[in-house]
Amino acid sequence: MANESVHERLQRDYSAGFVTEIESDTLPPGLDADVVRFISNRKGEPEWLTAWRLQAYEHWLTMPQPEWAHVRFPPVDFQGISYYSAPRSQGDGPKSLEEVDPELLRTYEKLGIPLHEQEMLAGVVRENVAVDAVFDSVSIATTFKDKLADAGVVFCPISEAVHSHPEIVRKYLGSVVPQKDNFYAALNSAVFSDGSFVYIPEGVRCPMELSTYFRINAQNTGQFERTLIVADRGSYVSYLEGCTAPMRDENQLHAAVVELVALDDAEIKYSTVQNWYPGDAEGRGGIYNFVTKRGTCHNRAKISWTQVETGSAVTWKYPSVVLRGDDSVGEFYSVALTNNRQQADTGTKMIHMGKRSRSTIVSKGISAGRSENSYRGLVRVSPTAAGARNYTQCDSLLIGGACGAHTFPYIENKNATATVEHEATTSKVSDEQLFLCAQRGIDAEKAVSMIVNGFCKEVFRELPMEFAVEAGKLLEVSLEGAVG
Amino acid sequence: MSDMANTAAHPLLEIDDLHAEVDGKAILKGLSLTVRAGSVHAIMGPNGSGKSTLANVLAGKPGYEVTGGSVRFDGQDLLAMEPEERAHAGLFLAFQYPVEIPGVSNMEFLKTAMEAAAKARQETPLTTAEFMKKLRGTASELDLAADFLKRGVNEGFSGGEKKRNEILQMKLLAPKFALLDETDSGLDIDALAVVGNGVNAFVDEDRTRAVLMITHYQRLLNHIVPDVVHVLADGRIVESGDKQLALTLEERGYAWLKRA
Repeated sequence: MANESVHERLQRDYSAGFVTEIESDTLPPGLDADVVRFISNRKGEPEWLTAWRLQAYEHWLTMPQPEWAHVRFPPVDFQGISYYSAPRSQGDGPKSLEEVDPELLRTYEKLGIPLHEQEMLAGVVRENVAVDAVFDSVSIATTFKDKLADAGVVFCPISEAVHSHPEIVRKYLGSVVPQKDNFYAALNSAVFSDGSFVYIPEGVRCPMELSTYFRINAQNTGQFERTLIVADRGSYVSYLEGCTAPMRDENQLHAAVVELVALDDAEIKYSTVQNWYPGDAEGRGGIYNFVTKRGTCHNRAKISWTQVETGSAVTWKYPSVVLRGDDSVGEFYSVALTNNRQQADTGTKMIHMGKRSRSTIVSKGISAGRSENSYRGLVRVSPTAAGARNYTQCDSLLIGGACGAHTFPYIENKNATATVEHEATTSKVSDEQLFLCAQRGIDAEKAVSMIVNGFCKEVFRELPMEFAVEAGKLLEVSLEGAVG
Repeated sequence: MSDMANTAAHPLLEIDDLHAEVDGKAILKGLSLTVRAGSVHAIMGPNGSGKSTLANVLAGKPGYEVTGGSVRFDGQDLLAMEPEERAHAGLFLAFQYPVEIPGVSNMEFLKTAMEAAAKARQETPLTTAEFMKKLRGTASELDLAADFLKRGVNEGFSGGEKKRNEILQMKLLAPKFALLDETDSGLDIDALAVVGNGVNAFVDEDRTRAVLMITHYQRLLNHIVPDVVHVLADGRIVESGDKQLALTLEERGYAWLKRA
């Protein structure tokens, strides 16, 4: 019957699964204080940062791996991972675009992320998007730096910002996600190698979309990027990250930290299209995506997270907002699609501290194959957050009968004047729906894609226009041959 | 393929000695029926006689197993075709209980269906503007408000709206053959008239088309006058006649038939 054929055809093509043949400088696997010092030294970091890393490392040694998430995977061998890999030609950090290895540029072209500014300006490809490309452990190119500089916007690899804007980095690094926040954040704090840094000056509306593209290429390598975005008073920025990795049989670890700071009246819109390699149909290989993302909102500031998660073997990720300021606003819009043997435990935390702070959570989980998809969310209203409001809507869509959808909403309300609403639904792509579509001449693949896209509409609406189209296509590819 | 010179008498649907079962239980037991282009047939019969099974078997619903006989549709072997191929060949089923597809707007659904049809016929699909014009025009003929098109497919529709939506789809997709499964159920008198007019126009405007209505009650037949009425009992056609047969059935009930 139809449910079995659902499984038979639940196969996906992972078009980003190729490997780039390039010489890399890669540290041998293993982690100790010397590795931490090596990375810091390699980046020519100031002493305070080396000490900060070592402190994180020492603390990490004392922490257990978290086991509370609804995911199952064999223990990660942290000594089996290499903590630093850089394309050889790029070993000394980012250079101008002309000096970037053509092989690397071809990699990004193949992924549809062109790094040639001229082409972008000519309107050949996406216009008005500045890109920072991170390949394994280093940033290889950042486009449109000059144009951004004219507006006073700083967009560069964090390894560069440590030198060019040390006062901002020192002030805010770890201010939102402390070194000791959790197991993976502590690990990241010790060994982070690169990532993006953004600073938007007071009152500036960033003139273009900023985007970072992460690519894991080397084998047995972890990617530990660190992103820091500081939006000064009354400024605005929209930022997008994309991620892919080659198809490999073993699991690879991605443990990133993203910190957002929205000062008074600032707004940060952070969108993610995550398409790390999910592993094969039997669950071999794929990325472990253990990520800590959090933002702090000051008075009347707004942070909006939008994520479309289709990749990774295991996802553990809760982009959160600390609503510190009065009248601050936090939003979380999420689509998480799992297929085959993928597992996702994702959601958000909205911490209300400011008066009249407001948050909205819209989570759409889609499970297919034998995958497990969990929403985990915390809404905490502190005693100080008079008049706070939260609205949570959490919908699950099941495709086939062998997958799982779970919802773990936690609500802690310590203020009687707050309003917290939670709505949840679970639905299934039914045989009846597919038959209705077939009878109207729409084949099963198209029907599922149409139903899934309809289900995700509220979230796609939140993505920047050019990425909304991409996200829709990505879902279509991820569900290719999903039903018969 | 169809012989254009002979269109009036062209047999669109030829069912010969059809046997079918559901979950191992025989439901259709040697059903034979021919519907020619330009004609309207009605099938009546008591509950459990196999009316809806016939509709589902013709449309190719999974779970219905054909165990014998043949069905030719417009000269082709219907039973060898996938459900969407049957749709592309021009077979349309108006469902008894149309399912909801939340989140997918009616408009988007119809556009996708029309694009799929155009693709199957190797025609250029309508532009969005052409499509919208056609959609709005057809919707207003069926007394459907504009906001109706933006709502999810059948989502929160009343019984009458669901049925009118089926007719809207039929008119837009312009099939050769429409199979109406209990389309009168859940309709009030006004809606019944609207649906009846829609179906009458469907055949009147193109005599190469045909309709097969499945109904429990006579009342739909006041609005769509059939050329032939068949009575289905225990998986077979046991009686065929003109519209008078429907009135007799209404008056005397199916029990009368069994005695006869």
